[in-house]
Amino acid sequence: MAALLELRGVTAGYGGGDILHELDLTVEDGAITCIVGPNGAGKSTVLRVVSGLLRPRLGTIQFRDASIAGLSPRAILQRGIVQVPQERSLFPTMTVWENVRMGAYTVRDGGLIERRLQQVCETFPIVRDRRFEPAASLSGGQQKIVEFARALMLDPALVILDEPSMGLDPKTRTTVFDTIRAMNQAGRTILLVEQNARSGLGLASHGVVMESGRIRLEGPGPAVLNNPEIGRLYLGATA
Amino acid sequence: MSLLEISNLSKRFGGVVAVDSCSLSVADRSITGLIGPNGSGKTTVFNLVTGFIPRDAGEVRFKSRSIGGLGPDRIYGLGIGRTFQLARIFPRLTALENMLVPVRRAGFRAMLSHGQWRHERDRAMEMLDFVEIAHVAGTVGGALSYGQRKLLELAAVMMAAPELVLLDEPAGGVNPALLEKIADHIRKLNQQGVTFLLVEHNMSFVMNLCHEVVVLHQGKAIASGKPKAVRENPAVLDAYLGA
Repeated sequence: MAALLELRGVTAGYGGGDILHELDLTVEDGAITCIVGPNGAGKSTVLRVVSGLLRPRLGTIQFRDASIAGLSPRAILQRGIVQVPQERSLFPTMTVWENVRMGAYTVRDGGLIERRLQQVCETFPIVRDRRFEPAASLSGGQQKIVEFARALMLDPALVILDEPSMGLDPKTRTTVFDTIRAMNQAGRTILLVEQNARSGLGLASHGVVMESGRIRLEGPGPAVLNNPEIGRLYLGATA
Repeated sequence: MSLLEISNLSKRFGGVVAVDSCSLSVADRSITGLIGPNGSGKTTVFNLVTGFIPRDAGEVRFKSRSIGGLGPDRIYGLGIGRTFQLARIFPRLTALENMLVPVRRAGFRAMLSHGQWRHERDRAMEMLDFVEIAHVAGTVGGALSYGQRKLLELAAVMMAAPELVLLDEPAGGVNPALLEKIADHIRKLNQQGVTFLLVEHNMSFVMNLCHEVVVLHQGKAIASGKPKAVRENPAVLDAYLGA
């Protein structure tokens, strides 16, 4: 597989010191890459530098062999990277359909928007079934699915998910992880951060363990999951 | 004896019945889990108990006293603390300052006594150290990661020494190894007499920690009992846990 996204020597922070320290990370085309690690390790910060919400202080970020470090979030969206944030991000008083259409905000071609809307309705029937209801009337899991649908309106090559299972009941969590797998099988490359390490690494073709702004260990998802040291340090006995 | 008694509590939002004549009780000195599918009314129950939203009908009793119509500040003052699903902290105060806000609430007299203040500060640092965020004590809340905010909120609620603590998804966004320590800490506080009611989707966390589990479905309590019995209840499997 070829690299779709490559971070080299990325150093970044929020003004109060660096969070990421010369971080190198490769996301292969077609892979599901999952980052795990302790709270405050810098996992969400990695996602933010990729999606342009945070400008790296040092280092390079290549996406499909073009540099994207320092570009605006809008420019990065247009190149095919979409992020679904950690916290609930639908507009609560807008309908489901209006929310999903917002995903195509940067698209000018009305016909294309309609075609994509039909596609996401097929992938996520809830978008059609609940289209006229305000997003706030949906449960947490349903809202997460609608956020995925909104992300796909740009037909992205890379979908970034920040803790997609957070706040979801066990049944819904299974549905969400199945949905992630299905998005991947439909050709999207996935980069996700997940505290539910067993589900996340179980799903991932590539697992990455971060600590203190650096990569501590990486490898195939199951191998990382079964690494005894990592198990003891990060996963806990009963997780 | 029950510390918290909820009877026939109801709340409707427009056409949606969020809590539907719900009755449940939390035994004194217990750790009680409140589980159920997304949208089953768990957080609404928390909001009703803590006075964040007014009830439509029903009764809430804390230590046999009716608290149904009281506002959130009064209920907090009576000894019920809570955390939120999406952590609510003061973004422009440092982590340590966030910890000291509940102490101020506990009384200005305590603040005036310098020795007492230093004691509270030490206690705050100990709590921050416990949840492994002492290194960011001087960082403003807004610059903390999501998980760190959850941990800060959990530590801060304990500073007010509440008798009953409602935790809304304490495990959400917290790394698994730290979660075991948090479970141990909740157990320790429980042994010191603090009662917990917690909403959580992490089943191993709930099953290992809770003495009693109540299952909500469509705004009603459909089952309650020991974790093992609840886990094997067919109605719970169907509504919540899946096959």
